[in-house]
Amino acid sequence: MLNTFDILETIKMISEEHLDIRTITLGISLIDCASEDMKRCASKIYDKITKRAERLVAVGEAIEKEYGIPIINKRISVTPISLVAASAAGDMAEIARTMDKAAEATGVNFIGGYTALVHKGMTEADKRLIASLPEALSTTERVCSSVNVATTKSGINMDAVREMGEIIKRTAEATKDRDSFGCAKLVVFANAPEDNPFMAGAFHGVGEAECAVNVGVSGPGVVRAAIRRSGNCNLTELADVIKKTAFKITRMGQLVAKEASARLGASFGIVDLSLAPTPAVGDSVAKILEEMGLEVAGCHGTTACLAMLNDAVKKGGIMASSHVGGLSGAFIPVSEDAGMVEAVQKGVLNIDKLEAMTAVCSVGLDMIAIPGDTSAEIISAIIADEISIGVVNNKTTAVRVIPVYGKKAGESIVFGGLWGEAPIMPVHPESPAAFIHRGGRIPSPVHSQRN
Amino acid sequence: MRAVITVIGKDAVGIIAEVSDVLRKHNVNILDISQSVFTDLFAMVMLVDISKCTVGLAQLSDTLNERGKTMGLTIHTMHEDIFNSMHRI
Repeated sequence: MLNTFDILETIKMISEEHLDIRTITLGISLIDCASEDMKRCASKIYDKITKRAERLVAVGEAIEKEYGIPIINKRISVTPISLVAASAAGDMAEIARTMDKAAEATGVNFIGGYTALVHKGMTEADKRLIASLPEALSTTERVCSSVNVATTKSGINMDAVREMGEIIKRTAEATKDRDSFGCAKLVVFANAPEDNPFMAGAFHGVGEAECAVNVGVSGPGVVRAAIRRSGNCNLTELADVIKKTAFKITRMGQLVAKEASARLGASFGIVDLSLAPTPAVGDSVAKILEEMGLEVAGCHGTTACLAMLNDAVKKGGIMASSHVGGLSGAFIPVSEDAGMVEAVQKGVLNIDKLEAMTAVCSVGLDMIAIPGDTSAEIISAIIADEISIGVVNNKTTAVRVIPVYGKKAGESIVFGGLWGEAPIMPVHPESPAAFIHRGGRIPSPVHSQRN
Repeated sequence: MRAVITVIGKDAVGIIAEVSDVLRKHNVNILDISQSVFTDLFAMVMLVDISKCTVGLAQLSDTLNERGKTMGLTIHTMHEDIFNSMHRI
């Protein structure tokens, strides 16, 4: 028979330490929905999503019940819309509104893929999609958008970086009645993964199958509890504790991904080994770092702790899953992590330290509220810095900042739910405008030439 | 198909009888029971065969849970695979 200790450990992880499956994301290819007519394109998209994802929520809930594991989100990702709707004349935001309706009809809470991949240059369709973002994000609830502005292989499209600074400002203004919430649904990427199950950056890449299930596991609370139980051990031993815990968490994700893909008749995509925090007490990546021995997350030593944590999570997780992908690493979103918020409020964690931390973990400057009067050029420069880290280190990085319209540093905004609350963090006011307006492309780094 | 039922709560007369009553009514066969009482905390783990169960696992879980609540017990019913995958290589 199974060991009683193992059984009770699993139950404790779920009931006390917030172990859960963060998301089952069904990737759906919309390549066959292209049409020259925008309305026709929209109706094909609606039909395909609602047909393919018809049973997604029901299947997720059934698995949740049978296995006793909470599955927090059921979501959909689709082919980048700038490709799907490229030949359709008319208003691109129409497609965003259609995706919103399809998401509502299927019962998912978010749908990702209102996306453009512009790391080397923009097509006419990419330009139309990017220009439509403020409208698309302010007139929809569930649609998430991402723009890939760089890859290690192709370098950084600085024209796109400049434009995204302006688009983020305009999106903030278009959703000013909701504390600029539109920006929380928009991510700017370097090296965007094509199988990421997490929002707001999820999309279904062009190399993907017709339909694929990607699962994101979570469990900062479980890792923290395991570290606490391990007591005063050295870092070699601590790395082993984290690896073993990550293994168990990931095995659960693997089981759910296998089961969900079989029941939905979709390919098994990947398991994303991320430590995704929530605002719930104890479910915090910052608190893991503090459990490792830091007084407050953000103090000296934070980057080293995070690097070790991130690496150990991957090592434990990789053996536990047949296919690992997506973002896979510890997330450090500020608003969604109560420990990060606390560290910011104490004045220990700032945007510069967060940027350094993103060099050693997934995924980037995430869910950071900044003053509403931050210029578009400064936002572009924040993006350029973060994206450079990804490009040079051959990893995914991203920026999801919210310049909160009409609010200043030191104030706070509350988005609620999984989005949490965010203290508005100051940025450096000195102008990088001349650099940003140079435009052009930053060439790919020398180590990208590997052939 | 097998499931693991865990029952945790304050010790009282008839806990095993209550749980097995639900299982018998739904044609669930008990394969193994491990049970202990620490001071007055009751903890039981059951391995059961649900292949001939008259209802789905989700419904069995709900029924046990409701019965447990009336006795102040927490009852988790979970597919065996979750433990096998987490704790076995």
